[in-house]
Amino acid sequence: MMDTLLDVENLWVKFPTRQGIFDAVRGVSFTLGRERLGIVGESGSGKSMTGRAILRLIRPPGIVEADHIKLEGADLLTKSEKEMRAVRGQRISMVMQDPKFSLNPVMTIGDQIIEAYRLANKSSKSAAYAKSIEMLNAVSIRDPERVMRAYPHEMSGGMGQRIMIAMMLIPNPEILIADEPTSALDVSVQRQVLDIMDKLVKERGMGLIFISHDLNLVADFCDRVLIMYSGRIVEVCEADKLHQAQHPYTQGLLNSLPRLDAPRDRLEVLRRDPEWSETASVSGRI
Amino acid sequence: MSMLNVANLDVWFGRDRDRVDAVKAASFEVAQGESFGLVGESGSGKSTILRAIMGLAPTWSGSITVGATPVTKKRPKAFYKQVQMVFQDPYASLHPRHSVDAVLGETLQLHGFKDIDARVVKLLDDVGLGQKFRFRYPHQLSGGQRQRVAIARALAPEPALLLLDEPTSALDVSVQAEILNLLADLRQEHNLTYLMVSHDLSVVGHMCDRLAVMKDGEIVEIMDVAALRATKATHPYSQHLLQASV
Repeated sequence: MMDTLLDVENLWVKFPTRQGIFDAVRGVSFTLGRERLGIVGESGSGKSMTGRAILRLIRPPGIVEADHIKLEGADLLTKSEKEMRAVRGQRISMVMQDPKFSLNPVMTIGDQIIEAYRLANKSSKSAAYAKSIEMLNAVSIRDPERVMRAYPHEMSGGMGQRIMIAMMLIPNPEILIADEPTSALDVSVQRQVLDIMDKLVKERGMGLIFISHDLNLVADFCDRVLIMYSGRIVEVCEADKLHQAQHPYTQGLLNSLPRLDAPRDRLEVLRRDPEWSETASVSGRI
Repeated sequence: MSMLNVANLDVWFGRDRDRVDAVKAASFEVAQGESFGLVGESGSGKSTILRAIMGLAPTWSGSITVGATPVTKKRPKAFYKQVQMVFQDPYASLHPRHSVDAVLGETLQLHGFKDIDARVVKLLDDVGLGQKFRFRYPHQLSGGQRQRVAIARALAPEPALLLLDEPTSALDVSVQAEILNLLADLRQEHNLTYLMVSHDLSVVGHMCDRLAVMKDGEIVEIMDVAALRATKATHPYSQHLLQASV
């Protein structure tokens, strides 16, 4: 039996609009152990909202409702905003899609990492510096001393993303939520970033929630996959069995990909069945 | 007959100490009616080649020939009637405060068409959008619909050569399939020639007949799609790229 890090039961995310309440996430339940859990779906399927709702990062007027979101038994929904701050970044970290918008453009990389480290640990500046260099090495950045002095605009996308991951890992969180961490990167760099995250999950026993729209990547990288459609989970499967998925939506997504080994004149276009968004969410609990 | 001939193309930015050579001695040829792909990682200069052809990167040397006419630094109006471009990000390439009708109407007017009203209707039908989208603004459209508008705008002057800069990389896979099908249909209907940039080898494998692999501003290999499918790349870098994407 795998120990459960995170337990989400009946999660809803709602936004009041002029046309009535819009439900971005509708009754999603899942658990996360020490594993790599993938969440896939198209844009607008609610996958990013699920990740943000766990950290209670949805701002008013958005509303997060759930029976519970338990982090090792403690319900995050009953915590005060101050207590949440001790959770965010320290126990659950999040890596966002685009490093360009997530790093402070007017602070050097070094100052930002040191700041993150000293928030989590009481330590002197020089100890924090040494630790930061070590973290940059851990995410395979060459010449970390130079990078520490550099500003974010001097970094390429792949380096920026690795710096983000280094910053997120400093407090040694139990859970890492990665929201499309590689979609801004080239295929060759993509692999490197994934390898780094993979290593960290294995070595530190972290739980990873990997949000992505790339089915092949998720099939390759994760242990378990939740497939989301219009705010609900339509299917849960083992990642290596994704290609034998049963739900017509998952099959449709897989078929709409062009493939090198199987050329076709026309690509299949996904035909949406209104029934998909009506059927109740599948549970992602173990 | 060749539609586009690029020979010894150099493109650079900056000067002296800050000079960056984005494209170095690139040469390739695209036949009439062909679909040619450019692949490589970001920063390899593939988009810069398109921008140089289009006149958006002013510092270049070498020769570019479209049809039978060599391209000069100052491009005549006739050039833009022949060559059009579709950009990567449909969220950034449409004017946020112009309706679809205004976007297409302005392009048609600039190219001197008289029957604008009928042509706007036809263009929208061509890209599968229909009349109800005619008076919408970009924020009222989804990503796929915006890209269709951008394609309609590129088709407005009835070009022969379409430059596609990662036309589907900002879209979902299901929408990507729709747009790729649309592009394939349009090529057949209007007898278009495509020059397509993508970092996704499977997309290029689906759309193109031949492709060039770029690295650090240089074309390292030109091969046809059959060789790509058989993973018979000869250059080590293209092999590496193939392995990473399978």
